[in-house]
Amino acid sequence: MTIDVEITTAVSQQFPSATPRASLDCPAFNVPAAEALAVLQHLRDAQGYDFLMDLTAIDWSAEKSPRFTVVWHLYSSTKHTYVRLAADCASDSEPVMPSATGLWAGADWHERETYDMLGIKFTGHPDLRRILMWDAYPYFPLRKDFPLAGLPTELSDPDITEETKTGVIAAPMAGGPFVATPGEPMSDAEPRAKDEAWNERNEKPN
Amino acid sequence: MGTANPEITYNSKIEGDIVVTRVDAAINWVRNNSMWPMPMGLACCAIELMASAASRFDIARFGAEVMRFSPRQADCMIVAGTVTYKMAPVVRRIYDQMATPKWVIAMGACASSGGMYRSYATLQGVDRIVPVDVYISGCPPRPEALLDALVKLQEKVKGERSSSKLLSA
Repeated sequence: MTIDVEITTAVSQQFPSATPRASLDCPAFNVPAAEALAVLQHLRDAQGYDFLMDLTAIDWSAEKSPRFTVVWHLYSSTKHTYVRLAADCASDSEPVMPSATGLWAGADWHERETYDMLGIKFTGHPDLRRILMWDAYPYFPLRKDFPLAGLPTELSDPDITEETKTGVIAAPMAGGPFVATPGEPMSDAEPRAKDEAWNERNEKPN
Repeated sequence: MGTANPEITYNSKIEGDIVVTRVDAAINWVRNNSMWPMPMGLACCAIELMASAASRFDIARFGAEVMRFSPRQADCMIVAGTVTYKMAPVVRRIYDQMATPKWVIAMGACASSGGMYRSYATLQGVDRIVPVDVYISGCPPRPEALLDALVKLQEKVKGERSSSKLLSA
């Protein structure tokens, strides 16, 4: 991968508030949330980063502050290089971030997904609805304080709930999640339950 | 092939121009041999479902080749794939729209139990929202397994008391 070495100085000259961000691959910057759109626009119009590769967010866990960081990955179709931009959300309970839909129409669904999974509201987004979960779903599942098994809630259709008398349940983890452990030999690295003290038949010991 | 079913076989020496059978046997014979599937293809199992309909496995040999994408014309819903909680009410509504008699095959690990998706988003087995007649193991099952499930379902339907159900309905 080629690396755009001049971009770091170019951005920090234009935006003194943008600081370099630790990165193992492409150049990366931390910017204040208020300046994020201006930096994105500068990268798109003046630096040739015309393609929004990805837009997502990080939850650093409920104990940390700032808790949420929004991340943009940009690609230059002329220079064939990448750059990464990150901005912390000011509020930990009601995180907001300006929407990039005015710069890239493709940011629309990325921002809807980020809102759906992490609950970050993008101000200026034309249609900020959930995209994966149904509209009435009450949680943000990729937040660190949300369990993988899920939390009980209603199905999206009240008719069907009444008819089937069922709803969303916490999935039985039975000692899971079932993940591989790095190491040799391969037979020891196979995905298996981390806690085999309990399963569907035997209650989890307290 | 096994021996002919004496309940529905026509013996001209004994019966002349008259065929004698039981109503249940006749109704079930008809239902068995033209069980039109509703292909509820939701994930990779649907690929195997398509393969079982194609020439190599040819589900037409069992009278179930007429995949109907309208629930009004289907007899047997084949739930082939992962049912998410978002999709679950839709699956149930389509099941409700099917005309009786109707049957359900849960194809593969996900439809049967949620499979490897032990997560907040996945329905843990389609039997939580619709009554399932036959479960197929596998991830995904081979087409032969689906054909086997269809034959098992036909065996089940052969034993149903269809006429009394029709009269009491």
